[in-house]
Amino acid sequence: MASNTTPLLEISGLKTYFGTGNPIRAVDGVDLTIGDGETVCVVGESGCGKSMLARSILRIVSRPGNVVGGVMNFRRSDGTMVDLASLDPTGEEIRSVRGNEIAMIFREPMTSLGPVQTIGSQIMDAIRLHRKVGKREARDRAVEILRRVGMPRPEERLNAYPFQLSGGMRQRAMIAPALSCNPRLLIADEPTTALDVTTQAVILDLIKELQAESGMAVLFITHDLGVVAEIADNVAVMYLGRVVERSDVDGIFHDPKHPYTRGLLRSIPRLGIHVGEDLDTIEGMVPNPLNRPGGCSFHPRCREAVAGLCDKFDPRRTDLPDGSQVRCLLHEQVPSVVHLAGGRK
Amino acid sequence: MLTFLIRRLGYMLVTPALVSVLTFIIIQLPPGDYLSSMVAGLSAEGVQVNRAFVEGMRERYGPGEPFYVQYWKWISNILFYGDFGQSFEWNRPVATLIYERMGLTIVLSVSTLLFIWAVAFPIGIYSAIRRHSIGAHLATFVGFIGPAIPNFLIALVFMYLSFRYLGQSVGGLFSPEFENLPWSPAKVGDLISHLWIPVIVLGMAGTASLIRIMRANLLDELNKPYVVTAGAMGHPEHVLLLKYPVRVALNPFVSTVGWVLPGLVSGATITAIVLNLPTSGPMLLRSLLTRDMYLAGSFILLLSTLTVIGTLISDILLAWLDPRIRYS
Ligand SMILES: Nc1ncnc2c1ncn2[C@@H]1O[C@H](COP(=O)(O)OP(=O)(O)OP(=O)(O)O)[C@@H](O)[C@H]1O
Ligand SMILES: [Mg+2]
Repeated sequence: MASNTTPLLEISGLKTYFGTGNPIRAVDGVDLTIGDGETVCVVGESGCGKSMLARSILRIVSRPGNVVGGVMNFRRSDGTMVDLASLDPTGEEIRSVRGNEIAMIFREPMTSLGPVQTIGSQIMDAIRLHRKVGKREARDRAVEILRRVGMPRPEERLNAYPFQLSGGMRQRAMIAPALSCNPRLLIADEPTTALDVTTQAVILDLIKELQAESGMAVLFITHDLGVVAEIADNVAVMYLGRVVERSDVDGIFHDPKHPYTRGLLRSIPRLGIHVGEDLDTIEGMVPNPLNRPGGCSFHPRCREAVAGLCDKFDPRRTDLPDGSQVRCLLHEQVPSVVHLAGGRK
Repeated sequence: MLTFLIRRLGYMLVTPALVSVLTFIIIQLPPGDYLSSMVAGLSAEGVQVNRAFVEGMRERYGPGEPFYVQYWKWISNILFYGDFGQSFEWNRPVATLIYERMGLTIVLSVSTLLFIWAVAFPIGIYSAIRRHSIGAHLATFVGFIGPAIPNFLIALVFMYLSFRYLGQSVGGLFSPEFENLPWSPAKVGDLISHLWIPVIVLGMAGTASLIRIMRANLLDELNKPYVVTAGAMGHPEHVLLLKYPVRVALNPFVSTVGWVLPGLVSGATITAIVLNLPTSGPMLLRSLLTRDMYLAGSFILLLSTLTVIGTLISDILLAWLDPRIRYS
């Protein structure tokens, strides 16, 4: 039972930078925990590093980007722990995790599958990469998986090319190879953003269903708080490469701690808002990642920023009694702030 | 795929048919009919012309008859008997003049094409993947310089080098001692040992541009999301590259069959003259200069047919390679 108490994936202090010297800090000290069968949503504005976080886990950050610090302890299916951050990104060990124990699906269903191979051959490739099975068996499994993702007439679709499918079908086809080896963690990078609302709902239901069947954990990236409300167990809110708030889903919606989270929530269109009344948005723009504001990086846009404090001190992670975590000076213990003001620069 | 093939074959038949009409118009262009000038030429050389022979020729070519009759006589002789007419200048049937040259031309073209592929493929991939390496910069440099140097100049340099350091006979596709021998394994070996200079010279520009195309295409493909997807499935890097992006970037490679073949057959004339190659280019040029119209016309017809065949081959390969083309 001991293995069940350690989380499936525990990320701490993850840093992914692009370039050296004055690098772009796409992910800058992220802490995140995902338990077995859990759904964790990552939200945040465009460019805050959600995709880079996801890619860092699989170590598929493209050059010149690289994981430069932190720990990502992953519990493999045989129970051994491996620190994904310390692996060689082209090495054998990480490749045996990719697509096998941790799989990923992407935003662009149109372009995320190879254009000149059939759906079937791509799924069979994925299967035979990690399982020692013959062509026939791989084929049978591929049909089975296509059926599981709700593809009508799966035997025929095996021979279809991506360009012959509609958007929704393509997204299903895209999910299929990811499921082919029964991953224990599925990373979904905005898998429904490019789809119309109806198809979006269908795909979300499908993911929930598959999760219920297989007990896999899901790391779901989205900017859509509606989606978060529907599927999340826990939520991480990211801003400029950091997790600024982490909480269970009720906490995020009913008791948001960080001013940024509150801003995001205010910017959701709601029933009952009057025509002509402006939606409340977070003021200002996401700062250039190369030119990060000093102090708390959110302070120039923060309504609750305290002059002389928030522009000077970088908040640390504060663990709150209700189990949530927040990076905001407003929540740091008074002695610690005083200590900061007196001691640290 | 089948309907695609049939449609393609249909186009393929129409084009040479049109070209053959044009060719025949060109053959007919010089003033005076072919037969009279031949008879006049022979008489001028003091040869006694046999009346029966002239009658036979009149029957064969039909001068003075309507255009379509003459055209039909010309084209049906080619199609049914492989008889391309008579070369006025050489005083021999065109077919015998053409066959050996066309054969060697095709050998040379195909070898050059294979050379271009064999060199451009790995270098193109390398310079896309290791985009910032010294090797890649070198390839780009050569890629721009290569096409800028006239082929005949490179040809002269290579001839000098091979004569000076390899002791090979200069120019041609055979050593003098093999020139007039019938085909034998030794002659084939001799041909191969002579082939490399023209192959490199003729292939230089094509290789350079193909490297650039391959590099640019692959760079485009490498940035596409499906490459990341394939990586996330756990493919090893080289398998991933060859299986997905390289496969897609291969399209322009295949299209080159279409333009390299005719380019080599007709465009390499100056190089062929400098290198003294027994290929079709120099003879075509000469026949045009001396208004040897049946010979010139036959070359034009064959070259355009080759072009069409080259295009057909590349289209079929493309369709086989890329389902998006096959099904559209
Ligand atoms: N190839 C790259 N070179 C340099 N910087 C990059 C590169 N790719 C991403 N970044 C940086 O990483 C940061 C995070 O990008 P990321 O794609 O993770 O954002 P995101 O949160 O997924 O945004 P979106 O919601 O638009 O998908 C960006 O601000 C960008 O500056
Ligand atoms: Mg993203």
